[in-house]
Amino acid sequence: MTRRTVSMTINGHEYRGTVEPRRLLVDFIREDLDLAGTHVGCEHGVCGACTILWNGEAVRSCIIFAVQADGATLETVEGLAKSNSELHPIQQAFWENHALQCGFCTPGLLLTIKALLKENPSPTEEEIRRTISGNLCRCTGYQNIVTAVKRVAEELNETNCSIK
Amino acid sequence: MGYVGARIKRVEDLRFLRGIGKFVGDIRRVGMTHAAILRSPYAHARVVKIDTASAAKTSGVIGILTATDMPDLQTIPMRIGSVPGLERSLQYPIATDRVRYVGDPVAVVVAVDRYVADDALELIEVEYESLPPVVDTRAAMRLDGPRLHDAVPSNVAAKFKVDVGNIDRAMAEADLVIEEEFFTQRHGAVPLETRGLVAEFDEGREILTMWGPTKMTHVNRGILSNLLDLPESSIHFIEPDVGGGFGARGEFYPEDFLVPFAAIYFRRPVCWIEDRSENLKATNQSREQQHRIKVAVKQDGTILGLEDQILFDMGAYTRTHGGIPGIAASAMLRGPYGIKNYRCTVFCVLTNKTPAGTYRSPGRYEANFVRERAIDLIAHRLKLDPAEVRRRNFIPPQAMPYDQGSHPFHYMVYDSGDYPGLFEKALARVNYPGIKRECESARQQGRALGVGLGYFVETSGLGPWEYARVEIDTKGRVILYSGCASVGQGVDTVLSQIVADELSVRLENVRVVRGDTARVPYGLGSNASRTTVMAGNAALGAAQKVKRKVLDRAAAHLEIGLDDLFIEDGRVIVRGSLQRSISFAEVARLSDPGIALKSGFSPGLSEENFFASDRRPFPYGVHVAVVEVDRETGMARLLKYLVAEDVGRAVNPMLIEGQMAGGLAQGIGGALLEEFVYDFDGTPLATTFMDYLLPTAMEIPPADFLPLELVPSPLNPLGVKGAGEGGIAAAGGAIANAVCDALGVEVKRLPLKPEYLLNLLQKGREFQSKTPECIVV
Repeated sequence: MTRRTVSMTINGHEYRGTVEPRRLLVDFIREDLDLAGTHVGCEHGVCGACTILWNGEAVRSCIIFAVQADGATLETVEGLAKSNSELHPIQQAFWENHALQCGFCTPGLLLTIKALLKENPSPTEEEIRRTISGNLCRCTGYQNIVTAVKRVAEELNETNCSIK
Repeated sequence: MGYVGARIKRVEDLRFLRGIGKFVGDIRRVGMTHAAILRSPYAHARVVKIDTASAAKTSGVIGILTATDMPDLQTIPMRIGSVPGLERSLQYPIATDRVRYVGDPVAVVVAVDRYVADDALELIEVEYESLPPVVDTRAAMRLDGPRLHDAVPSNVAAKFKVDVGNIDRAMAEADLVIEEEFFTQRHGAVPLETRGLVAEFDEGREILTMWGPTKMTHVNRGILSNLLDLPESSIHFIEPDVGGGFGARGEFYPEDFLVPFAAIYFRRPVCWIEDRSENLKATNQSREQQHRIKVAVKQDGTILGLEDQILFDMGAYTRTHGGIPGIAASAMLRGPYGIKNYRCTVFCVLTNKTPAGTYRSPGRYEANFVRERAIDLIAHRLKLDPAEVRRRNFIPPQAMPYDQGSHPFHYMVYDSGDYPGLFEKALARVNYPGIKRECESARQQGRALGVGLGYFVETSGLGPWEYARVEIDTKGRVILYSGCASVGQGVDTVLSQIVADELSVRLENVRVVRGDTARVPYGLGSNASRTTVMAGNAALGAAQKVKRKVLDRAAAHLEIGLDDLFIEDGRVIVRGSLQRSISFAEVARLSDPGIALKSGFSPGLSEENFFASDRRPFPYGVHVAVVEVDRETGMARLLKYLVAEDVGRAVNPMLIEGQMAGGLAQGIGGALLEEFVYDFDGTPLATTFMDYLLPTAMEIPPADFLPLELVPSPLNPLGVKGAGEGGIAAAGGAIANAVCDALGVEVKRLPLKPEYLLNLLQKGREFQSKTPECIVV
């Protein structure tokens, strides 16, 4: 099969690669670039484990071909924290509120929530639930995730900060 | 240091939050190849011919394996639940001449990547001769019908009976006998991470290494050793991070043989990651049971006797769990009630569907649904409050420990508990009379609101033993080597809390090593809510032993009596002379072989311990559900929920609430949404997440979780009861009862899908039960 060259910016770094046109973006990210924090839960765009940000918008990397993302600016879970010794406020809130168990759905949820808070810094419980309803979690029952999002939103509003 | 009992943040979380956990799909080996498995598209067929020639020629294909390449093929044994008879329907890792469910493995392709492997699957030509499929459980039992396994007439793989007291006399003495049929649908664990394995064979050293096993690495290593005829010392299992287990994951499946076989055969590392469609066809399913019950009741609502006939649909083969779902249902059907006369007959029935195994609260979720519905039926028939009927039947706390009478395959002595006490606490917490009034007045205004109760007794802490070793290194770090596993529930945190407290060290100074058969010599793993009970107490004992060793050596070094020493924050300190002390790190250095041997000590600062128990704790609790049903659409929506459970002792209440919340969400899924639907010819219809509906954040209500420490278990030093399954156990029963209350109907099956509820509404209220037809066996 013919191969195509693709390049994209992920977490602020430039990546180039050669892929078959049918190669999924998530496989390119996980296997070719070894950014394995993005997970694959269903390969058909339902579970949300593979969610990444494309120009700040949450998308499912398991139903996008790598060639479609040529030239795109993406963010994955590896790009959330500023350094290895820090956590992003959403990650911190997840930790404090026991919003994860097995951790498999967590990267996708973190990015979905980042996109939500950027667009809507004070979401209602209903808005939070509706937004994360595209991310399946089989361990937590979601309640602590909802609480974590509320806490981050409260903190950001109290400190007059916005999500970066 | 006061860690046990505190809401400690998990030590596991940082790597997951940063996306640097290592799941099996993240394992990379040099020269790694990828396997894909060709599975039967037919529920029942004879395999006439397999032609792999053109597939094998595909560029990038390394090779293709079928049963003919595996001359010494053996069936996968049961590891538990071995009811006599079940051994006749064990599964070969790959189809030899017949396929018995859609998803039965037929061939394995190994290729340079998964894309190529999947391409090659499509080029394999298999000639099948279709056989009549057996799909319905009851129809499967016909004597003259088609058989799945030649040795199993009428597809009843096994049958057993529990008989306690005198059920016939109870029926004769009853004021009222209620007969009913109940059904729980086929659904299952469906963890978010599918299964996966990476196998690599070091030919020169004859070592097979496997990444991906979980739950019970040592047990599965033993099974693989027998199937491959390779000594256990030549097999190294490594458990990576695991994306959820819930009973199904970590059992020994066909792929657990096929992937290492391929790695040895082709002398290449082989990676196999199950795709979701495979997962919904090939991984153990559960819960499909039909119950035909008869309850003997006195006018005041006390139950004299209970009789049940259970048909457990085990799918096409006996898998590693044997008859556990049927065993557990028949053992726990009486739940918290003192039912002295009990008879239960269980039929384990084979059908052309995916094989069944356990799913969180196996058999109990089903039994709790049946019994708690029956209690409400009694209440309706006798015009009593459902809470009152429960009160009149509880086993009283003074009767503990309580022997439920013998069961051929299940330990039956309830260890401890205050069933009525917990019940009243829970009802007070939700203001049960207030909720009842609210629902009543909402109904008068035309809204269909209802409240439902579901009591449960769980079994946990499965023995008979667990292993731990605690070591202190020369940096003063405490390392716990545990025989348990992690499927994502936070075991490292809980075990660290226990060890840190016992050794008075900081939590971050404890490290847990587990899931690696080369570093931990023994283990029975994590299942059946056993980890905190068995591994927790094993760790506690090992920590106590190593503490004595530390004190002995410190006493010798400081030349002072043991009574004058105490430990704090990783140091041994002389009472009243706080400057005289020695750190754990220094004691560890004194234990270096060179020094220790000269001073007459055994080298090393490490102690092993086994915690053994043939008995089991029985955690218990109650679910209270408030639902509203839309009479137009039939959609049931949960408004409020409470789960209260006596866990004996809560090592980390935050994590227990997490277990309850996660369990509850799965229980709600089972009650309202999830079902593995099969077509009349055995074709599975729920093979994507568009058809198999997992609950999302929209279906789960804000719920209240109440982990209680009412009666510590007398069976272990920590007093813990295990808390992994209470959140799911009675969800089916409580939600069904709430829906009945809301609509004034009698629910007899799960899930409570809109069409089923609309159908019940049309038929109107059904208090009278029909006489069931006779069963032909």
